[in-house]
Amino acid sequence: MGSLSFLYFGTVIALSAILVVALRKPVSSVIALLVMFFHIAGLFVTLHAEFLAAVQLIVYAGAILVLYLFVVMLLNVKEDDSYQRQFRLGMGLGLVALAEVVYIVSAAGLPEEPIRERTTSAAAAGNTEMVGRALYTTYLFPFEVASLILLVAMIGAILMAKKGIMGESK
Amino acid sequence: MEMLVFAGAAVVKIAVVMGVVLLTVAFLTLAERKVLSWMQDRMGPMEVGPYGTLQPIADGIKLFFKEDIIPAGANRFLFSLAPILSLVPAFIGFAVVPYGPNREIELFGVTIKPFIITDINIGILYILAFVSIGAYGVILGGWASNNKYSLLGGLRSAAQVISYELNIGLAIIGVLILSGSLSMVTIAEKQAGSILNWNIIGMGHGGGIWWWFPVTQIVAFVVYIISAVAETNRLPFDLPEAESELVAGWMTEYSGMRFAFFFMAEYANMILVSCIASVLFLGGYHAPYPGTRLPDNLSWIEGVAWFTVKVYAFLFLFFWLRATLPRLRYDQLMRFGWKVMLPLALGNIVITSIVVYFLRD
Repeated sequence: MGSLSFLYFGTVIALSAILVVALRKPVSSVIALLVMFFHIAGLFVTLHAEFLAAVQLIVYAGAILVLYLFVVMLLNVKEDDSYQRQFRLGMGLGLVALAEVVYIVSAAGLPEEPIRERTTSAAAAGNTEMVGRALYTTYLFPFEVASLILLVAMIGAILMAKKGIMGESK
Repeated sequence: MEMLVFAGAAVVKIAVVMGVVLLTVAFLTLAERKVLSWMQDRMGPMEVGPYGTLQPIADGIKLFFKEDIIPAGANRFLFSLAPILSLVPAFIGFAVVPYGPNREIELFGVTIKPFIITDINIGILYILAFVSIGAYGVILGGWASNNKYSLLGGLRSAAQVISYELNIGLAIIGVLILSGSLSMVTIAEKQAGSILNWNIIGMGHGGGIWWWFPVTQIVAFVVYIISAVAETNRLPFDLPEAESELVAGWMTEYSGMRFAFFFMAEYANMILVSCIASVLFLGGYHAPYPGTRLPDNLSWIEGVAWFTVKVYAFLFLFFWLRATLPRLRYDQLMRFGWKVMLPLALGNIVITSIVVYFLRD
């Protein structure tokens, strides 16, 4: 049952991820990305990570992808052929990444029943509490660094947007 | 056998909830027209049935038999997908709303909670996740119609939903701090007692001599209500479908049942945000007085009745706002969302967490 649902989610995730870059129309790519986000959330649910599944939908599908769609619709790009020139470079990098995956999998070997045993303790203690405790104790430093980076990015975005306005006033 | 009973009970609960919600949606359209009419000193619909009470049925039959038009140049797939993407998330949220006391009954050896479809431990996040998916219906419907009015409506909706969704998420955090859980049932149970224990007043969170200290969530409540009105695209925040500017916004090219889907989604969303507001801030199915007045085996009637009263009070508020307030301008909407509501919601989180920290120690 568990591996069957993993097979379904994994297949759809891989297919829709390919469609995101293969489809010509930007809006279709966004729809494919939406399908992929949904199935990633489904994968989280099968791993008993309900909190991550909900956050995945709220943050990625609900906010970030809506912004993508907003930009795509606002620019009204009909078809995008601009990345065709980089096709060879992309293929080269893709082959390197594929070789890496093949090497890692062949070196480590696939586990028979992935992760299932380890998650039962997390499910018992309450998923959200476990995530919160881990973030604020074990991973406090990376967590704070990540939020600092996001803050810097935010200030940078505001500065770049304000450049034109402040230049005019001078 | 047990599996069968479990599945059967789930199907029955889903059928009942869907039936009640659909019936409410149908008669909400009539209620809205009647309430608006009375506020404007008119009669409202009077022709179909006594006092126009059968108007929703006539409307439904009319929409069902209308010609279904797909405009030339529209993206057929997305044009058909958009109403479904709008309607399904609006109904999915009702799965975690507790509309009666947290009881358990034994049925053929299976424990069933009769007053909630399923109590998942991230209930409120689940609702927020699917409410945010509902925005895709509006945006894609506007884009796929290949119409300038529709596209403008869709774009406005995208910006509005992102801005106000954030405020909803931040407004409920105060409540989550008080109840320490994301489950809708636990949030409601933590407000048991009387009206003083409801999160809008928030007594009963301190220990010792500070038992009376209210951790009031009234600011969060106001922020939530305003953001919920904006999130459901209702007046005075109905810029995505502003009639005087955009014909009907993203719905301009839709007709027949596809239009009805959008319409039903809007009303179902209204009911859903009202249900969330009553569970999170007004104690859900708890009465404003301590305990119940009916005998123990009938007290669930009281709980369901109080929940219904609260939800309908919110729905009335939606109509009242529509009859009273003029539509905001787009820059006013954005400025209000980011510069008034967001700081209020953030301040509420800071103050609530500080007060709760000192009260619990």
